[in-house]
Amino acid sequence: MSGTFKIVMQEIIRETLNARRLLCPLPVIRTQDKVKQLNTGDQLEVICTDPGVMHDIPAWCRINGHKVLESRSGDHEYIIVLEVGEK
Amino acid sequence: MSKQRKAVALISGGLDSMLAAKIVMEQGVHVEGINFFTGFCVEGHTHAIRAQDNAKPNRNNALWVAEQLGIKLHIVDVIEEYKKVLINPKHGYGSHMNPCLDCKIFMVNKAKQWIVENDFDFIITGEVIGQRPMSQTKSKMPIVAKQSGADDLLLRPMCAKNLPATKPELEGWVDREKLHDITGRSRKPQIEMAKQFGIDDYSQPAGGCCFLTDKYYSAKLVDLWKAQGDKDYELDDIMLLKVGRHIRPKPNFKLIVAREEGEGRFLQGYKKEFISMHCSSHPGPLTLIDGEMSAEDLFFAARIVARYAQGRDEDQVDITITQKDGSERTIQVKPFSKAEVLNEWHV
Repeated sequence: MSGTFKIVMQEIIRETLNARRLLCPLPVIRTQDKVKQLNTGDQLEVICTDPGVMHDIPAWCRINGHKVLESRSGDHEYIIVLEVGEK
Repeated sequence: MSKQRKAVALISGGLDSMLAAKIVMEQGVHVEGINFFTGFCVEGHTHAIRAQDNAKPNRNNALWVAEQLGIKLHIVDVIEEYKKVLINPKHGYGSHMNPCLDCKIFMVNKAKQWIVENDFDFIITGEVIGQRPMSQTKSKMPIVAKQSGADDLLLRPMCAKNLPATKPELEGWVDREKLHDITGRSRKPQIEMAKQFGIDDYSQPAGGCCFLTDKYYSAKLVDLWKAQGDKDYELDDIMLLKVGRHIRPKPNFKLIVAREEGEGRFLQGYKKEFISMHCSSHPGPLTLIDGEMSAEDLFFAARIVARYAQGRDEDQVDITITQKDGSERTIQVKPFSKAEVLNEWHV
């Protein structure tokens, strides 16, 4: 038996999405569109001003198989960091 | 082994579309949800903007429904494409600015495009004959199917037995006998069905989740179009119609006066697009000025802004005017009395 095994060490990318001033569901839509461009394991930080994202982005992550790594708020901003799941 | 069929369900966040998806899922079909954001499905926006509502749950009902059903949800931004539906609806408006029939045709058409692109087999909606006077009548159901291009790939599980069989039924992808024959505006059958499925938490927004069914919102939209001389709009325009008191004392300009802290914070984000005013000698709301104004108009507007500040009963207050570039100047004005701010100015 012969074969070639190619192991690709993929670089993890961390990007930031500015979703300030957008009201839900637009931050979710922008997150969804950005995640489509990323690979499994990549991280996306989403910065928002609509407090609704604290419910909506984690809910969107749960139903689409992505993982919320961090969520925090302060100074009227809401920040969620997610890791892209299996695609 | 027969191929597992795939359907996309239009998920509004209400009970009917949730049940429709569930009925088909129960038959072993793979279902995913789709939700279209027109810019007017803004039920969550008031909560998001207004500080006093922040204690209330702020969930997006379509996402919540998808999570309850355990299905994926695809939220699609159709803001630009939706303009042609709203500006020139082939089938006209409902009691306000709601183009419900054209809207339904548009959304089913978008779903049809989606199933073609994603190799799905058919479309599910939660429509019920007689539920809504404009778009959900027995005579309108075939119009939606035909004009959307979905034809017999559009399955309405809630009332399918009252309609001709569709391809999913004829091909045996779903069992027609397990579909339903609900008609009319009563919610009892849906509530009973929800109980049977063990669903006890759901949203039932009156008039759906669209602001175009709201007469006050519609009046502001009509005012916007009249003032600008055409029926076009941008997303910011229609968002701002949701916020603050809209006061148009003259045809060439209107004021958007924040009603509380959350709205004021939201309007702050527009200070580079609009001239703004606030009372600097007394506490008072941020106000955006939309339109072209003369120096006399500016003074007139400042007297209205003063009316909404805590110094409204003073002989004179300071109003700071901020230009789009951030430059400021302050003028002194006498606040208008309550009677001087005419009711007909309120949009």
